[in-house]
Amino acid sequence: MTSLTRYGRLLGVQLRASLATSMQYRVDFVIEGAMSIWWLGWNLVPLLILYDQRDDVAGWNFPSALLVIAWFTVLRGLMEGAINPSLIGVVEKIRTGEFDYLLLKPADAQFLVSTTRFEPWNLVDIAGGIGLAVAAFVMLGSAPAPGDVLLGLILLFAAAMVLYSLWILIVSASFWVVRLDNLAYLFSAVFDAARWPIQVFRGVWRILFTLVIPLALMTTYPAMAMLGRLEARTALAALGGALVFAAISRFLWRAAIKSYTSASS
Amino acid sequence: MAGQLRATLRATPTLLRVGVAETLAYRVEFVIWMLTTTLPLIMLGLWTSVAAQKPFANFGQREFVAYYVGALIVRNLTGSWVVWQLGDEIRRGMLSFRLLRPVHPFITYAATHISSVPMRGLVALPFAVILLFSTAGDLLITDPVLIGVLVVALLGAWLLTFFMLVMIGSVGLFVDKASAVFEVYLGIFAVLSGYLIPLALLPEWAQSIARWAPFRYMLAFPVELAIGFYHDRTDVLRDLGLQWLWVTAVIGAALAVWRAGIRRYEAFGS
Repeated sequence: MTSLTRYGRLLGVQLRASLATSMQYRVDFVIEGAMSIWWLGWNLVPLLILYDQRDDVAGWNFPSALLVIAWFTVLRGLMEGAINPSLIGVVEKIRTGEFDYLLLKPADAQFLVSTTRFEPWNLVDIAGGIGLAVAAFVMLGSAPAPGDVLLGLILLFAAAMVLYSLWILIVSASFWVVRLDNLAYLFSAVFDAARWPIQVFRGVWRILFTLVIPLALMTTYPAMAMLGRLEARTALAALGGALVFAAISRFLWRAAIKSYTSASS
Repeated sequence: MAGQLRATLRATPTLLRVGVAETLAYRVEFVIWMLTTTLPLIMLGLWTSVAAQKPFANFGQREFVAYYVGALIVRNLTGSWVVWQLGDEIRRGMLSFRLLRPVHPFITYAATHISSVPMRGLVALPFAVILLFSTAGDLLITDPVLIGVLVVALLGAWLLTFFMLVMIGSVGLFVDKASAVFEVYLGIFAVLSGYLIPLALLPEWAQSIARWAPFRYMLAFPVELAIGFYHDRTDVLRDLGLQWLWVTAVIGAALAVWRAGIRRYEAFGS
């Protein structure tokens, strides 16, 4: 328990440091916030075009598809605000050898590496995503049941965990192949597909996005849960899958650390 | 002036050789980088299942396959990372070394990027084969005149993309946040170039903006030409003319931004 409070305090310190750093760039804060809002609208273009001609695509009408985009926006905000700024920095640290000092610190390296940087302006994204979700339910004309909202939030947590685990896998890979920015770009490009309900895709894409890169789990399942459409079995499988993913990434991270021989040797 | 031209011509083969060697040295990264252009494939997956029961507007599955595979190929051939390259060199001061060379930096950058085209072609080849031998292959143009025009249109698309990005990269000589400008550009490009959605599916008013804006001529124009969306040769010639007007305008603008920026950069560095 003491170690948990210790890590809680550490997290608080890291958060404050990040906040202080980003407050130095106040103009950026405003610009990035404004850009986020603009993107939010711009990203709806394909959806609007699609539903202009169809009422229903693979069982999803406009408001429910909007809900998937809402989850996507929240999750992307989380990823860009809390997950990838820290982890992209790791590569630079490995290259310059600064990573060695981090390993010497008396705290878990994965924890330290994952919490070095937060970009608070992505809160605008998260707020925007919640706004879209509210708009979706207004259009549907019914509020979600409290139980469904709870399940949706639990699945969002699972989704964030999977996303984080995927990033840890990418970082672990960078111990062997030093240049990771390309892999990161590749992942961002693929992650973009998560804005569409998984049922829209067929064949190879469906299998790829459900099992290999579990995009379905990240956005479609939480949205289905909030709509009260998700079967309990699928929800359990998603949670189990997320745990397995997290375990695998932790295991590979440890293996990567063990084989790490520092930049100089 | 004449002396500089001669120096440039003499240096070009070597610059190209260096470029090819660089591309080959970083081949794994290069392929990963190319794989990043998955967006057309994702959109393809989406639209073909939408069009499975009945065509969407005028687009059946066949048209979507032809369009997005075509877009993927054109994007792969014309893609460029010069914005990052410029940004990086400005930030780290490496640009000074480039400025010392007796060849205009635009030429040295262009040489690096042109020499990656063969490798890019290799990556795009499997998609071209799919396009040729799928049912969508029937849509491809066979008229030799149009195929000739297509080659010119692809060259125009390459030049337009390259110099547009050089221009955006040169903005980095004035402001720290050229990457923000680039992101806004990417967003507008995705919609108005037909990269995200075929332009024919946009609402009327958006289509008329797209027709006059430069973005369409970087991607949608060669793609639509290749897969036989044009029925009238005069339309093709008109669009080709517009494309090359944009090419000249953007090269001029890139040079202007660059010149103004370099004056500042020299003052800043010394």
